[in-house]
Amino acid sequence: MNAKIYDKIATSIFYLIASLIMLLLFLIVGYILYKGIGVLNLKFITTPPKFMEPGGGVAPQLFNSFYLLVLSMLITIPLGVGAGIYMAEYARPGRITDFIRLCIETLSSLPSIVVGLFGFLVFVNSLHWGFSLLSGALAITVLNLPAMTRISEDAIKSVPESLKEASLALGATKWETIYKVILPSAMLQLITGTILTAGRVFGEAAALLYTSGMTTPDLKFNRLFSFSKVSPLNPLRPAETLSVFIWKINSESLVPDARQVADGASALLIIIVFLFNIISRYIGKMIYRKHTGSK
Amino acid sequence: MQIIDVKGLNLFYGKNQALKNVNIGIERNKVTALIGPSGCGKSTFLRTLNRMNDLIENVRITGDVTFEGKNIYKDYDVIELRKKVGMVFQNPNPFPMSIFDNVAYGPRIHGIKNKRQLAEIVERSLIGAALWDEVKDRLNKSGISLSGGQQQRLCIARTLAVEPEVILMDEPTSALDPISTSKVEDLISKLKKEYTVVIVTHNMQQAGRISDSTAFFLIGEIVEYGPTEEIFYKPKDKRTEDYITGRFG
Amino acid sequence: MSNMGSSINKKDYIKKELFGKIYSTFCGLLIIVLTISIVFFIASKGIVTFTRNHVSVIDFIFSSKWAPESLNSNGTPQLGSAIFIVGSILVSLFAVIVSTPLSVCAAIFMTEISPKFGEKLLRPSIELFVGIPSVVYGWIGLSVLVPFIRKNIGGLGFSFLAGGIVLTIMIMPTIASVASDSLKSLPLNYKEASFALGATRWQTIRKVLLPAAAPGIFTGVVLGLARAFGEALAVQMVIGNSIKIPSGLLDPTTTLTSIITMDMGNTVSGSAWNNALWSMALLLLLISFGFILIIRKISSRRSMR
Repeated sequence: MNAKIYDKIATSIFYLIASLIMLLLFLIVGYILYKGIGVLNLKFITTPPKFMEPGGGVAPQLFNSFYLLVLSMLITIPLGVGAGIYMAEYARPGRITDFIRLCIETLSSLPSIVVGLFGFLVFVNSLHWGFSLLSGALAITVLNLPAMTRISEDAIKSVPESLKEASLALGATKWETIYKVILPSAMLQLITGTILTAGRVFGEAAALLYTSGMTTPDLKFNRLFSFSKVSPLNPLRPAETLSVFIWKINSESLVPDARQVADGASALLIIIVFLFNIISRYIGKMIYRKHTGSK
Repeated sequence: MQIIDVKGLNLFYGKNQALKNVNIGIERNKVTALIGPSGCGKSTFLRTLNRMNDLIENVRITGDVTFEGKNIYKDYDVIELRKKVGMVFQNPNPFPMSIFDNVAYGPRIHGIKNKRQLAEIVERSLIGAALWDEVKDRLNKSGISLSGGQQQRLCIARTLAVEPEVILMDEPTSALDPISTSKVEDLISKLKKEYTVVIVTHNMQQAGRISDSTAFFLIGEIVEYGPTEEIFYKPKDKRTEDYITGRFG
Repeated sequence: MSNMGSSINKKDYIKKELFGKIYSTFCGLLIIVLTISIVFFIASKGIVTFTRNHVSVIDFIFSSKWAPESLNSNGTPQLGSAIFIVGSILVSLFAVIVSTPLSVCAAIFMTEISPKFGEKLLRPSIELFVGIPSVVYGWIGLSVLVPFIRKNIGGLGFSFLAGGIVLTIMIMPTIASVASDSLKSLPLNYKEASFALGATRWQTIRKVLLPAAAPGIFTGVVLGLARAFGEALAVQMVIGNSIKIPSGLLDPTTTLTSIITMDMGNTVSGSAWNNALWSMALLLLLISFGFILIIRKISSRRSMR
């Protein structure tokens, strides 16, 4: 029968394509790790890049990536969760709420390079912060705010209505209910969503080129808490991150082992991003088990 | 020979046994009703007859089901079987296509491409489903735009279009209003002239109204099976009597 | 119990409620403020090309004369960005055309052909694809794809083809996950009805499921297109960045995002060259907004059905 033959052909094509896609992933990740693992060692992670000679590492860039992540999350989470609470609990159907949704969609579809340019205009120039961690962190915040808002809104909306009602019926106020009942219940989704977002932040580069910059000063870790330009914790200093570094090293490779360094940095980058992924899944399962007491 | 013959049918969902040693012969050109409390296997049994249970994981079947003397698993290709044993579902489920395309879907997938032929089949099936007069001027309107009762008759027309011999109906009127229900019931009584109908129903009065034979299902077994009048007025098993008189279910 | 400290609690209650309301409303309104200010700032910088440098909008979009350091006969700088616009459009279209069939097949596989295998293996794989940062895609494109093309197919390696392939891979997860969500959300009884009529699985997919899921799949395609259009670094690393319209797959070319990435740091603020880059940024902003409007239109048509 014709139809049965077509069905079999179609089925095999689907299997073929699915396998090809997974093969591709395996090849890509495998290649990155294979090339980079040789370069990755403790020295690589703890020494700064060299100038014009081989053997440099990515220590300051790695530090910058993490520090930038923490800074931007410190800003994004309160704002995003706040906006999510507003959309889920306080916003009334109407023109303003629709407009906020339109804004969220617009923000989330902006190319990250455009967000970076906005950050350049406002944070680097108008506010005179220059290329700095702060400028970069705020640019990333702009980039992530829509996602954080959506995650929070979804998490809050997924809390059963009956929990809310029970709280209100006991005499709690709306804000108390949000704070003491809804947010803790939504915590699982919030945490997993946040960690996934963090993974994305770690790999971001386009928005940082012109905000946190493409250079990093010679960081002195013994001067951790001073306000000087070489203090690692100073948020007003330029801070090239790991992903920006990978990009820059390809456009102006002034070191003879640029290839190896880029390989090592790439492997490091995706290992960390995958770790974020795995951690978020693991925490998700742990919290779920704790909450529902099931296996 | 009965058109459908079931001998020693057992069905397992994983470890749960849903059907126990079911034996029944469905008579040609009659309406057979399957009644019983919810969850007692009536729908599961119905779906075995056209192998819709093949779509579910972890289903294991033992026993013999034959259609026109041939085993539906060993001797029949599932597509051929479903052409001959059609099904109408509880919730009307027309495709999101025009009325014409809905009815023509079956013939088309079985290879009929000629436009005139398709038009004839569509008209014939819609007449057979008592829907033609209501939709003949709007065959290209979406099937979803019809009312619930009309949608269900559309689904019946769609099933008729493949020219089955048996029509299985899984609670076909439970989602419909009383007027649509009575229209569909009238239709079923007419359908048995050309087709064999097996209908699962919750509604005992409906079974009493339209069926020739009735089988009473309880926890996966057929407790009693016989002419409808006997089942309703002179049940042999006490459980049947209890159900009929409303003591449970 | 009912009157326990109620007078003290009332003041507290008002303060807490007020705090909560103000805090969340502030965050909600912040989003509006943020969006409007982004549009405002980029627009005000982007318009300078037309107001101060007196370049006409038509020239900017349609002329391919890009010579930002020289002036043409009218004394206005030659800032025709058609090459970049065409480059962006062509490479994004390439990516969408190649990626969509593959992504939809992946989606069908996950939802219809082999849900168990698909959910356990294919879906996490696709999520891993998303996790790979765009610079890494660019780096692999640079270190693997470009030499491969140069050796085995021809040309410099840095090419439209390289850019297209990188983008194809990058947008595949987007299209695949939206398409699979769309297929998953179809009512189960479409499938049942089709099977009950004796259709094969492929017939059911082709004639019932895909048409019904089409609006959702199309949304995914538009999202993929938008992503391709806005991707900067990965494309810039492999596409060659030569300022000409490609005459073949192996020609290097350039896109809006890559010229901005490369030149923004090397031009002086206030110069015509720099202004043109800002106008391109504005153009990107407007185009991504356009994509949103298209997606909204599709979604509203769907819910009217």
